[in-house]
Amino acid sequence: MTMLEVLDVSGLVTFQDSGRRGWQSYGVPLSGPMDWFAHRAANSMLNNSTDAVVIEIGLGEAMFRAKRDCVLAVTGTGFEVVNYIWTFPLWTSFYVRAGWRVQVKKISGGNWAYLGVAGGFEAQSMLGSKSTYLRGGLGSAIRAGDILEAGKPARELAKLTARNFPVEKFMNYSQSPVIEVIAGPQQDRFTEEGVQTFYGSEYTLSKSFDRMGYRLELLPSPSSAKGIAQATSADLLSEGMTLGSIQVPDNGQPIVMMADSPATGGYPKIANVIRADLPLLAQCEAGVSKIQFREIMLEEAQENFQKLNKAFKTPKG
Amino acid sequence: MLKPLGDSALLVQLGDEINPALNQRVHALNALLQNPIHGILETVPAYSTLLIHYDPLTLTFDQAAHWVRDKMTQLDDSFHRTPRRLEVPVRYGNASGPDLETVAVSKGISPADVIRIHSEREYTVYMMGFTPGFPYMGTLDERLIMPRIATPRTLVKAGTVAIAASQTGIYPLDSPGGWHLIGWTPLKLFDPTSETPFLFSPGDVVKFIPLESLESNSLLFDQ
Repeated sequence: MTMLEVLDVSGLVTFQDSGRRGWQSYGVPLSGPMDWFAHRAANSMLNNSTDAVVIEIGLGEAMFRAKRDCVLAVTGTGFEVVNYIWTFPLWTSFYVRAGWRVQVKKISGGNWAYLGVAGGFEAQSMLGSKSTYLRGGLGSAIRAGDILEAGKPARELAKLTARNFPVEKFMNYSQSPVIEVIAGPQQDRFTEEGVQTFYGSEYTLSKSFDRMGYRLELLPSPSSAKGIAQATSADLLSEGMTLGSIQVPDNGQPIVMMADSPATGGYPKIANVIRADLPLLAQCEAGVSKIQFREIMLEEAQENFQKLNKAFKTPKG
Repeated sequence: MLKPLGDSALLVQLGDEINPALNQRVHALNALLQNPIHGILETVPAYSTLLIHYDPLTLTFDQAAHWVRDKMTQLDDSFHRTPRRLEVPVRYGNASGPDLETVAVSKGISPADVIRIHSEREYTVYMMGFTPGFPYMGTLDERLIMPRIATPRTLVKAGTVAIAASQTGIYPLDSPGGWHLIGWTPLKLFDPTSETPFLFSPGDVVKFIPLESLESNSLLFDQ
C-alpha cells in the first residue's frame, strides 16, 4: 500500500534488505546495509522480518510526507528526525499521521541512518534481493517525487508505536573507536615494522569513501611516514574477500571493504574487521574520526557477534 | 591450507600461481562443496583459492573447516569435472576493438595475427569479478602479453573483448577499464531480469569465433 511520498533527498538514499547472497562467485557484491546493527534494530522495533527493506540515508538527508497513518523508526547515528517543530528521538518507533512531513536531517557523529516502516518497504527483487547496487544496475537511488509502497504491518499500529531500542547497551558509537580485528591471511607479507605501524597508529576516514570501501589515512606520527610497509612486492593473485577485509595497496594506506565491496581483490589483507565492530567503523566520519585497531582471537570475535545478535531475540509483545 | 578471513569466512589456498591445472582443482573442490551443510552461505572460487562464507551464528570456524577438509579428501586427480564449453562471436578491430592496431604494432605482428592468435585457443574462466559477470580468462598466448594501459578509460562499452597481462576478458556492463580493447561481442553477459542472469560461470571453457568468418551467414550484428 502507498505509504510515503519523497519530497526531497540529497546524498545517497537507497533501499537495503539484509543483502544479496549467492552471487559473489559471479562478481556480484553482497550489498545490504553499511551498518547492519542499525538496520536490524529498525526492523526489530517494527516487528518486521530481519531482511525487510529499510531506507538507507547516507551522506545527505531526506524528507517525506506520509500518504496514510503509519509507524516509522529511524536508527543509526549522526542524524535527527524532525516533524515540523518536534524532534523525534532515533532508536524509537513513532506514529505518523497521513499528511505529516518527516525529515531525516544530518547533524554530526555518523554517516548512515535507517528509516524503517511497519510492514517494510516494497522494492523490486533482483537476483534474489531488494538491496540497491547502483554500479551493477540493480535497483536505483530514491529520488524526490518517488511514491514508496509498504507491506502490511505485523500488528496493529498502536502496539508498534513508541518502542525503544536500548542501543547504548549494545553498541558504543564513537568518533574515536578502537575497532577489533582478526589477523588477515597475508599478515606475513608485511614487515614487522609494518604490522606494528598498523596496530600502533591512528587513522581517520578519507574523504574518498563510499559504500564499496573506506580508505583510511594514517594520522601523522613518527612511525606513520612510510605507511604500512610490505616485505614483498610480489603480486598477490586476486582472491575472495569479505566485509571488513583490510587491503593494503603499495602506498601503505589501508582500505576497508564495505557493503558494496567487490567479491574479490588483489591487495594483501593485513587484517579483517570483526562483524560486531563493522557498525562502529561504518559510522566514522571523514576527517573527524580517530580510529585505532586492536587484534583479538577468532573465537572472541564470534562470541561478540553472537552476543550482539541476542539484542534481537525476543521482539516485545 | 585453510585460514580464517575475518569471523565469517574461510580461505582455502591450493597454490600460489595462475596455472590451468591448479585452477581446475579449485573448480573441482567448488563443485564438491555445492549442496553444503547448514550455515555455509556461498563459495567464491579464484585462481588458486576458494573462499567459503559461513554464518558464525550457526557454525564455528572449526566446524566449517572440518567439513571442507572432509570434502578435500575426495579431491584427487581422478576427479574430473566436464566443463561447459561456450563459443563467443567477436568482431575484432576498428571501432569494436580500438586497441587492436596498437597491440599488433607493439608486439611486432599484424592485426590479423592478433586475431588468429587470440581466437585459436580455448580459455578457462578462472574466476569472475570486477563487475557482475566479468570473466577473467586465460591463459593468453605469450605473443599477446601486454601490461595494462597506463591510464584506464573512464568508459568501456558493454560486450568489449579485452586483454591484459596473461588474461583476456569481456566487459559485461558499460564501465571504466584498464585493459587493451581488441573486439566486441553482441552476446549479453549479464541480464539481471533473466532466469539465467549470467552467460558465464567460473570454470567454463570459452572459444572466440571471429565474426568476419561468419559474415556470409549474416550473423553480424550492428553496433
